[in-house]
Amino acid sequence: MRATAPVHTPSIIVDGVRKTFMLNHAHSLKDTVVSWIRGRKLSTQFHALNGLDLVVNEGDSIAILGYNGSGKSTLLKLLSGVMQPDGGHVLTRGRVAGLIEVGAGFHPELSGRENVFLNAAILGMQQKEIEARYDEIVAFAEIGQFIDQEVKHYSSGMFMRLAFSVAIHVDVDVLLVDEILSVGDAPFREKCRAKFEELIAAGKTLVIVSHDMEMVRELCNRAVVIRKGELAFDGDVDDAIAAMSEG
Amino acid sequence: MPSEPEVSAPDLFAHVPRSEFQTPGTSRGLLDVFRWHYLLKLLVRTGVTTRYRNSVLGWTWSYVRPATQFLVFWLIMGVFMKLGDTVPNYPVYLFSGIIGINFFNEAFGNATRSIVGNAPLVRKVYLPRQLFSVSAVFVAFVHFLPQVGLLLIVCLFMGWIVNITVMSVLAFLAGILILAMVAFGAGLFFGAVNVRFRDAEPIVELLLMLVTWASPVLYFWTMVRDAFPGWLLQLYMLNPITVAVELFHYAFWEPVSRGRISELGIPLHPDLGWLTLWASLISLATILIGQAVFRRLEGRFAQDL
Repeated sequence: MRATAPVHTPSIIVDGVRKTFMLNHAHSLKDTVVSWIRGRKLSTQFHALNGLDLVVNEGDSIAILGYNGSGKSTLLKLLSGVMQPDGGHVLTRGRVAGLIEVGAGFHPELSGRENVFLNAAILGMQQKEIEARYDEIVAFAEIGQFIDQEVKHYSSGMFMRLAFSVAIHVDVDVLLVDEILSVGDAPFREKCRAKFEELIAAGKTLVIVSHDMEMVRELCNRAVVIRKGELAFDGDVDDAIAAMSEG
Repeated sequence: MPSEPEVSAPDLFAHVPRSEFQTPGTSRGLLDVFRWHYLLKLLVRTGVTTRYRNSVLGWTWSYVRPATQFLVFWLIMGVFMKLGDTVPNYPVYLFSGIIGINFFNEAFGNATRSIVGNAPLVRKVYLPRQLFSVSAVFVAFVHFLPQVGLLLIVCLFMGWIVNITVMSVLAFLAGILILAMVAFGAGLFFGAVNVRFRDAEPIVELLLMLVTWASPVLYFWTMVRDAFPGWLLQLYMLNPITVAVELFHYAFWEPVSRGRISELGIPLHPDLGWLTLWASLISLATILIGQAVFRRLEGRFAQDL
């Protein structure tokens, strides 16, 4: 068996994962009482993920496809540890970091330089690592002399470039990417794509959630389609894109 | 189909042992805070440096607020109600209590708001969430320092340095530790509850309002002794904040007024040593309870915020 099967070194194991959200209809004590008297339901359940199984191997670059509300972002949040599954198991190997809505940790009153250190630390880097990569991060962001300005004076493009640059320079084994491939102008996007290719070449595992099919085609070697919290397709990227538009 | 995990499970771990995998988002409580000490340092620095950004007077505000508070209390209690006549160095007594309460209030209040206040981060990035509570207490401590400086200057003028003992310094440190521990433990508890039920914040505001009056800051513990039955006094003295305030009195007020204290019949509590021990245990229990509740609730922070 072992001789015939390809060598599997999983980076991520998702095993029968379920995630249910309660949608509250009553938002105050009054609402609660009124709904209760009228016999209305106080909350309904929403199954974001319904027993999902997925194994991602080391060095894979996998796209998670699906329409809005299919559970893609929930899956990424479970992988990053921000949320806990209600059932099943999520296992990851090595350092996991997310390019999930970059810039969440930016403080507008701090300078670009201070924000680089703060955010890299938030993403789990140690002081020495940040110092070693600092020049690279600033160069990649193309911020130049504005690095000592307070971030609140940045244009939105500059802000996103710096945030993205910090996140992508974190030393990780597994990188989770959520819808941020559309950062900046065309030249910067091109640079990001090159950076992703560099990471893939370095054998990092990438999990990409995107609606940008062009980007997915170029970067990913595998794709899964999630529909209503369940795995609808798993395999080749082109087939997955076809399978998605069918559903 | 349902049997698939069992079939594939041994195969999954064929090349990489199970032990190399982690479950994302597993917190080890306070241990994580030590591992993430660099981020803690940056969070504290951010909290301290951004506090008075864009304000002309800046750090002066850290002095103006307690000074105003002190003046009002001193005018009302010391002058109008003539406590200043019966008590030696009443201003020192008053101010050493006020700064202790201020430290506690700020640490407790900040810690309570710390999780909701960092909602964008808590929702999107996994990091040990207790870091926010711990840094809130540290930031409060940094703001406590200039007030201590102010008090020290006054005490120096009153000959405090001559009478200072090792015990005074130890009492001061013990007081700080007790206040920080209770603020941290209670802050964890209310900070975690605040995510789901925003009622926690007004409750804490109410508590903070009471704290000043529930401890002998403006008055003396002997007044409580004279008015309350014994068991109620015991209960009163078990409040760790009360003990911390008394420790501050012991550290600053006792050395400047030594000799005149016993003469006037308002000595410090005779069992202050035992009370300190009890207060430390209660503070520790507060942290343990806060930890337990926080760790139980933190798995749901991201979806409840």
